[in-house]
Amino acid sequence: MDRKTILNQTHRDMGARMVPFGGWDMPVHYGSQIEEHHAVRRDAGMFDVCHMTVVDLHGAGVRDFLGRLLANDVAKLKVAGKALYSCMLNPDGGVIDDLIVYFLRDDWFRMVVNAATTEKDLAWIAQQAGDFDVRVEARHDLGMIAVQGPNARAKAAALLPDGLRDAAMALKPFSAAHDGAWFVGRTGYTGEDGFEIIVPKDQTVALWNGLAGAGVQPCGLGARDTLRLEAGMNLYGADMDEAQSPLASGLAWTVALEPGTRDFIGRSALEKQVTAGNLPTFGGLVLQGRGVLRSHQKLFDGDREVGEITSGGFSPTLERSIAMARIEPGAGSALEVDIRGRRLPVARVKLPFARNGKVVVELDGI
Amino acid sequence: MSNDVPTELKYTKSHEWIRVEEDGLATIGITDHAQELLGDLVFVELPEVGAELGAGAECAVVESVKAASDVYSPLSGEVIEVNETLAEAPETINEDAYQAGWIFRLRLSDPAELDALMDADSYAEHAESEEH
Repeated sequence: MDRKTILNQTHRDMGARMVPFGGWDMPVHYGSQIEEHHAVRRDAGMFDVCHMTVVDLHGAGVRDFLGRLLANDVAKLKVAGKALYSCMLNPDGGVIDDLIVYFLRDDWFRMVVNAATTEKDLAWIAQQAGDFDVRVEARHDLGMIAVQGPNARAKAAALLPDGLRDAAMALKPFSAAHDGAWFVGRTGYTGEDGFEIIVPKDQTVALWNGLAGAGVQPCGLGARDTLRLEAGMNLYGADMDEAQSPLASGLAWTVALEPGTRDFIGRSALEKQVTAGNLPTFGGLVLQGRGVLRSHQKLFDGDREVGEITSGGFSPTLERSIAMARIEPGAGSALEVDIRGRRLPVARVKLPFARNGKVVVELDGI
Repeated sequence: MSNDVPTELKYTKSHEWIRVEEDGLATIGITDHAQELLGDLVFVELPEVGAELGAGAECAVVESVKAASDVYSPLSGEVIEVNETLAEAPETINEDAYQAGWIFRLRLSDPAELDALMDADSYAEHAESEEH
């Protein structure tokens, strides 16, 4: 039996089609995934992300602990409220999960982790925390709604508590403010401006309904996936997992190898990969012609198989089929994809495909 | 949605509909229930005109934002015409599955196969049972 978020009945009342996702019963769309996608690029949409888990870490040793636990370096977080995206690696350099960590106080950091990985994440964190002065608390008493799009912050403002509104509206990207149990981060997973709002669980439905009343479009997991794909943002379990290093997943920018004295879990494995070289490249593809790119489709350079699509789909903003793919370092620029036994040409492009309402790849000639 | 199953059509368990026209040709598409399950359609791979299909043969692919789904020929025969407008506008199936969203027309080689297809009531029941 899939678990239900506090918004489950609200989704059903709004006409959502529900699907199983990571052990949860979640809305995939409320009628048209493409319209929901456009609402976020052009105006404002909202997502139930209550299935993700807020993990608070308290204690005098929390900064040292996160320096050991995460591949990105929390020492970059110097101002309270600042956020950092990071992978949490196993000793082989594989990705246990990707997450956002917020620095709130010297003895309090907050992470938001994926739904399907929550249990293994918590077990891993508890196992590694042994030698540190740190207390780990999964906040199952909280709900979370992402409000995304060019008009998202303006539409959400009136729904925020009086004590938090001014601070929230003054936030710079990738930082957060909080007041009591309410917490607002200017973060997201769509390539648009917006907030991720954490609220007491029993106030989640009221916030959702308030946002709907303010003209924010409810959006399902379908639009969430096409938005993040266009934004070139990795999806855990598709674009990287425990068998793949961040260096082979387009996430080298999130790995802080400097300073060399910081001994984070997975460091020695990543250093060996760097020394060995020959790492696959990770990038974008645009299908030339008709069809839909999907995960696990194989890529060819002539007769030679040179890679695989890690996630793909139809891009409503580009009105083209796009994908992210892991490709051998020696592969050429003109590749073909195998779709049901047919070979179709794909163009390699730099990620992302779209950001802030606009196409950012050059489509002329593709 | 089961209320919207047109009674003049025949159906398959794999969610194709069949209309036998006055000229004896069969027009085939996917049901409104099927398009609703798939979500927004973004690509249709059409059969080739002139292809000889056996009953139950994979003959087309409809792809939505979510997934690709095979379309099976409900009957044996030769493909006489395909709905070329779907190449440019696959969403026609979402908008009008039973009329403008037709996929292909078949000259039947064995009209007796029609007897094995489901009527609207049976199909509505079948679709309902898959929902739960």
